[in-house]
Formats: sequence, structure tokens, C-alpha cells
Amino acid sequence: MWKAHAKFERHSFVLLIGIILVVSIGGLVEISPLFYLESTIEKVDGVRPYTPLEQAGRDIYVREGCYGCHSQMIRPLRDEVERYGHYSLAAESMYDHPFQWGSKRTGPDLARVGGKYSDSWHVQHLTDPRSVVPESNMPPYKFLAETDLDYRAIEQRLATLKVVGVPYSKAEITNAKADLETQVDAFAGEKSGLKTRYGTKVQQRDYDGDPQRLTEMDALIAYLQVLGTMVDFRTYKAEDPRNLR
Amino acid sequence: MTQAIARRDEAPLDAVALYTFTGLAAFAALLATAFTKDPSFRFHGYVMLTAFIVAFLALTAALGSNRLRSDQTRYADGVIRAGVIATMFWAIAGLAAGALIASQLSWPRIFYFPDAPWLNFGRLRPLHTSAVIFAFGGNALIATSFYVVQRTCRARLAGGVWPWFVFWGYQLFIVLAATGYMAGITQSREYAEPEWYVDIWLTIVWVAYLLVFLGTIWKRKEPHIYVANWFYLAFIVTIAILHLINNAAVPVGLLEAKSYSAFSGVQDALVQWWYGHNAVGFFLTAGFLGMMYYFVPKRVDRPVYSYRLSIVHFWSLIFIYIWAGPHHLHYTALPQWAQTLGMTFSIMLWMPSWGGMINGLMTLSGAWDKLRTDPVVRMMVVAIAFYGMATFEGPLMSIRAVNALSHYTDWTIGHVHSGALGWVGFISFGAIYCMVPWLWKKDRLYSNQLVEWHFWIATTGILLYIAAMWVSGIMEGLMWREYTPQGYLANAFVETVAAKHIENVIRTVGGLMYLSGAVIMAYNLWRTVRLPGVVSTTSSPAAPPMPALAAAE
Repeated sequence: MWKAHAKFERHSFVLLIGIILVVSIGGLVEISPLFYLESTIEKVDGVRPYTPLEQAGRDIYVREGCYGCHSQMIRPLRDEVERYGHYSLAAESMYDHPFQWGSKRTGPDLARVGGKYSDSWHVQHLTDPRSVVPESNMPPYKFLAETDLDYRAIEQRLATLKVVGVPYSKAEITNAKADLETQVDAFAGEKSGLKTRYGTKVQQRDYDGDPQRLTEMDALIAYLQVLGTMVDFRTYKAEDPRNLR
Repeated sequence: MTQAIARRDEAPLDAVALYTFTGLAAFAALLATAFTKDPSFRFHGYVMLTAFIVAFLALTAALGSNRLRSDQTRYADGVIRAGVIATMFWAIAGLAAGALIASQLSWPRIFYFPDAPWLNFGRLRPLHTSAVIFAFGGNALIATSFYVVQRTCRARLAGGVWPWFVFWGYQLFIVLAATGYMAGITQSREYAEPEWYVDIWLTIVWVAYLLVFLGTIWKRKEPHIYVANWFYLAFIVTIAILHLINNAAVPVGLLEAKSYSAFSGVQDALVQWWYGHNAVGFFLTAGFLGMMYYFVPKRVDRPVYSYRLSIVHFWSLIFIYIWAGPHHLHYTALPQWAQTLGMTFSIMLWMPSWGGMINGLMTLSGAWDKLRTDPVVRMMVVAIAFYGMATFEGPLMSIRAVNALSHYTDWTIGHVHSGALGWVGFISFGAIYCMVPWLWKKDRLYSNQLVEWHFWIATTGILLYIAAMWVSGIMEGLMWREYTPQGYLANAFVETVAAKHIENVIRTVGGLMYLSGAVIMAYNLWRTVRLPGVVSTTSSPAAPPMPALAAAE
């Protein structure tokens, strides 16, 4: 048996192929089923693609590396469910490119932070975290309120997300700029194009407390305020056999 | 005769190919920089343009002076010397970044600057991880693999000037990644943060690396491929596969820095942790085991302990590691069958890991006295001991019930650092302490006493670091799940943050100690290089009369 191994030790090509075969098996068995097993993601109502403003906010969340300290994945453990809310479902991040479940909680989980705090709390907290939470060791994000949001390429961004599988309609992509501006307009009304496209639950208001400017702060808070709010857990039946996996 | 002279005047083909490549790359960078509307992309365009123009000019001068001819009777050691310098430079940079972000968590009122977003924790944390893993670790791996593959194959590096392309191309990758994080150009995928065009650049460099490495093996004068090279090869090939699949993304535009991952949610999570865990398995383990398999036997002048053990643990290690990724996703929305598979294989992984540890440690049989007399040997042995400890702790933490407590806490940070500082750091430092006198033709290091200082300061630093993280991790995990007698959660989240302050401070001190050790080492190496040279006529002939190292039997 040990002699047979000499083939690998004397032929670099045999060794190379051997390595490739051996390291391929695990990934193929574990990962590929997730793409075709229908039970991987629950069927739930309410999860929709992000509005252009929320997506722009998410891009800022990604840019700033928030995942280094904040998870977005509540585990089905008693204390986590009581602290943060219903445990996270696979469906809730199915339009997240990339996923931001995180791996570390230097700060609290954010999967259901939407609606927990007011916009002005977020502005204050992001600007100077220790002015609201003295023990916090979060970095200050004052500059977000001072930087105009760059949404020059927002149609392209939505179109790219469509390529990787987010079901944006043609109208949503062509109106992306207008929809983005509508969402920070407190007077846009219930019949805005944004609401007809993304649903009546979409929150339209000025987020950063400065109606004169459309800043990165507006976008980031719009994203934070929608996190974890899409699924109505009064109607979701967690114990239904179809929802167990 | 005339033909030979004519050939000597011709520029070597490999150099001409590289010359053309850098010229074209400079032109492409110029166009991209000129036409992009994205300020982030333009910033990186300027970086690439500068790099390619400098490379083009340097090659122009070198081609003119006819210095690029490679002498097949000599080992190519220049690129390795450069690699050693780069390794030490990035070690100090990466460790300093770590000390800075540790200070930010300890003293946020002092170390955060509201008007400098590029110095925020979120942007510096990937800078730290990439600088230590890819810049320090990567350079150490490339340099040692080039050293080992030449000696064990008794052949000069293949590809003429292309090993230099691998070296400088890799430094460009590091600079693009690091400046990108600070400018907010990131995919926010752990340990795979660089954006799509940086990923493509790394792919080009990595393919060149694989070809140089394989090409040298093809040229070998030894029939047998030495065990260290199996590990280096597995590292290079598997990292290529992981890198390509995990970074599958669609850019927003050809001249835009931003891209979106091809996968989403739960699939993206498993792809990412399949990558993330095997970055540990193949970058930080297999590659450094290759280092261990050459430098430990060489330094203690004993054969590898068991040839059969090296075969068994090589194949089982690379087979089992690939499965272990899902243990990063316990209790998440990942289907439970995948979590269970990941946990099972993680526990099985304990055995091949310890196979490697035993093979490394027992190589000292008959030479244990060197632990007392040679601080470099002691450093490598402690590295192997940390490897054994970290690979025991890992399977433990992959058990779902343990993970329920440890996940999301500082315990994970402590675990990673016992592996990174203890195993990866120390085995690399040991290998570099071995290589520097060999490469610069000195008969000794400048000072063994300084190696002792380095060893003890760094070891104490690691112990402070990991002990602090064990305490803070287990404490916060317990505090999160603590209930009052009335059945309410006992602690607000921020109380756990406040409770960790003293551990954060101890961690900072430990990190600073480890950094000081590296600074002492850099000084020691610099003085070693400046020692008067050994009187030796032959400088590393590519085919010495005796094989550098007998095959492990």
C-alpha cells in the first residue's frame, strides 16, 4: 500500500489531480444541494427587494465594514429571541448580495433593529455613539450626515442585482433615481410611485433630520429601519412542518 | 561559438513576455483611469497605473543592462531575500494595525477620530486581518515555498523573471486591498474583502505562482517530490479554487469598483464559510505545515519522524478540512443537516491535525537538547504546540452546544489568535531566523540573546492575549444568557461591553508585546545581514553534491 503512494510522490501531475479531487468532494456534497433543495428557504410573505434608498444604505453598511462587529442572524436560543426578536429566517436574507450575517457581536445583533429606535436616536448615536451610550466602543460616523449620497449609478446597481437574481422589475430599475428621492420626501404621499412599486409598508420620510440634503445618513438609517420588519410574525407559523428544516 | 555569444545578447524570452505584459497593463490602467466615472475606481486606477509604469521602466532598464538572464547552475535567491524583507515589513505593519484597533476597543474616546472615517474600526479591521494573513503570512509562504522547492528539487526556480512578477504582483495586490479598505472599497466578505478587479489581479498572480512552483518541480533532479512540496502544492491549488468560487460576483460596471456577490443569503453564507474556514485550513495550515516539514528537520538535523504518518495526515487533512465550514453557521438559518455535517467533520479533523503535530514534534527525537540551546528551535516547537492546542480547541468549539456559547464572542478571537500568533507567526519567524543567515551567507544570527528576548516577550504576549479573550468571551457568552430569578434577561447588551474593558486592555498589552518581539526580530535580522560575510566560494549551487534533505523515509 505504501509503495502505491510512490506514484503521487514521483509524478507531480498525479499529485495535482489527486489534490483537486480530494478537496472537491466536501464542497460539492455540502454546498450544491443548497441550490436545488426547495426546503432550504422557507416560503414566507412580505420579503421584498430593497428600495433604491435602502439598497444604497446597505451599500454603505457594506462599505463601512459593519459586519465586523454586528451580526444579522438571531439564533433560535431563548435569550436571543427575547433580546432581539424572532429568530432569523433564511428567507429574510434571500435578496442580500452579499449576506451580512456576521460572525462577531462586539455590538448587538441588528437583524431586527428596524423600528426599535427613532430616526433621531440613530442620527445622534451614529454621530457620537458615546453621547447616547456612554460605555459603547463603536466608532463615530459623523461624516455620514455631512456627505451627500452618491446615487449616480443606482439604476446600474439595481440592474446588476437583477442579474444575480433579485427580482427587480423594469419599472423599478428605470425609476430607481426618482424612487430614491421620493423616499426621503416626507410629503410624497400614499400614492407615490415608490409605494405602488414596493408596497404600502415602505416608509417615506426625511431620515437624517436635514430635509435640505440627501445624505449617506438618510440612506443608512432607511436601511437600518427596514431590517427585520418585512415578515409579519403574527401570521408566520414557525411550527408548521413545512417551515422546519 | 558565435551562436552562443549571439544568444547571450538576446533578451531572454520570459523577460520580454513580462515586459510586454506590464506595458499592456499600464495602457489598460491608463484607459480605465481616464474613462471611469467612479472616484473609488479612479483612485485604484492611479495606483495600478503607477505600479505598472514603474515596473515597465524598471524592466526597460534591466533589459538594456542584460541583467535578466538566469544562471541555471544557481538557485534564484534574490526573490526570496526580497520576500523575507517584505514578510518582516508586513508583519510589523499588520501587527501595528492590530494593536491600533485593539486600542480603539479599549479606549474609544482616544483612538477614534470623527473626521477620519478611514481610521474607523470597521475599515481597519479587514486591514489588520488581511495584512497579517495575506501580507505577512502570504509573503512568508511565497518566500519559503520558493526556497524549499528549489532545495528539495535541486533546480532553479522556473520562469526566469516571473518569480519576480509573482513577488511584486502580490505586493500590488496587498496595496490595492489595503488602500481599498481604507477608502471603503470592500465586498464585506470576511477574509475575501477585496473587490472584483483586485480579485482578478490576484488570480493572475496566483496562476503565475502555481506555474513557477510546478515548473520547478518539473525541472527537478530528485525523483521524489518532498513532503513539504505536497503541502505547498495543496495550499496553492486549493486557495485558487476557493478564491475563484467565493469571489464570483457581477460588477456594477466595467469601470465601477462596486460588485454584487453572485450568491445571496443562505447559499452565500455557506460559500463564504467554506472559503473562510479553508483559508484557515489551506492558507494558514497546509502552507505552514509545508514550512514545518522543511525547516524543523533541517534545523535540528534529524529526518522527519514518520513517513507513513505524513502520507496519512496529508490526505486526511486536505479531505476533511473542506467539510468543516458550516461550523461557523451553527443555529443559523443554514439547514441543520449541513450544520451537523460540518460539526462531524470538524471533530474528525482533530486527528489529522494532531498527526501533523506529532510528526513535527517527534522529529526532534534525539535532538531534544536543542530546545535548551537553540532559541530558534524552541520557537518552532512552541509553534507546533500552539498548533496542537488550537486544533484541539477548534473541534471543541465546533460542537453545537459549545458553539451556542462561544459563537459571536471574543472566545473565537482568542482561538484565532492562538493559531495565528502562536502557530503561524512563530513557525514563520522560526523559518526566517533559519533562512536569513543561509540567504545572506552568514554563519550565524547577529544575536541569539535577542532571539531569546523575542521568544519570551512574544510568548508572554500571546498568553496574555488568549487568556484575556477566553475570560471575556466566556463571560460575555454567559452574561448574554443570564436570567434573573424572575425570569428576565439579567444584562443589557451594553453591560457586557462595559464588563470586557479590562480584558480589552490586557489584549492590547499582549498584542503590543507580540509587536515588540517582531521589532526586535527585525533589528536582529538587519544586524545579521550587516555581519561580515562568510568566506565561501560557492554561492548556492543549484545542484550540490548532496541532496539538501534526504527523502523522508
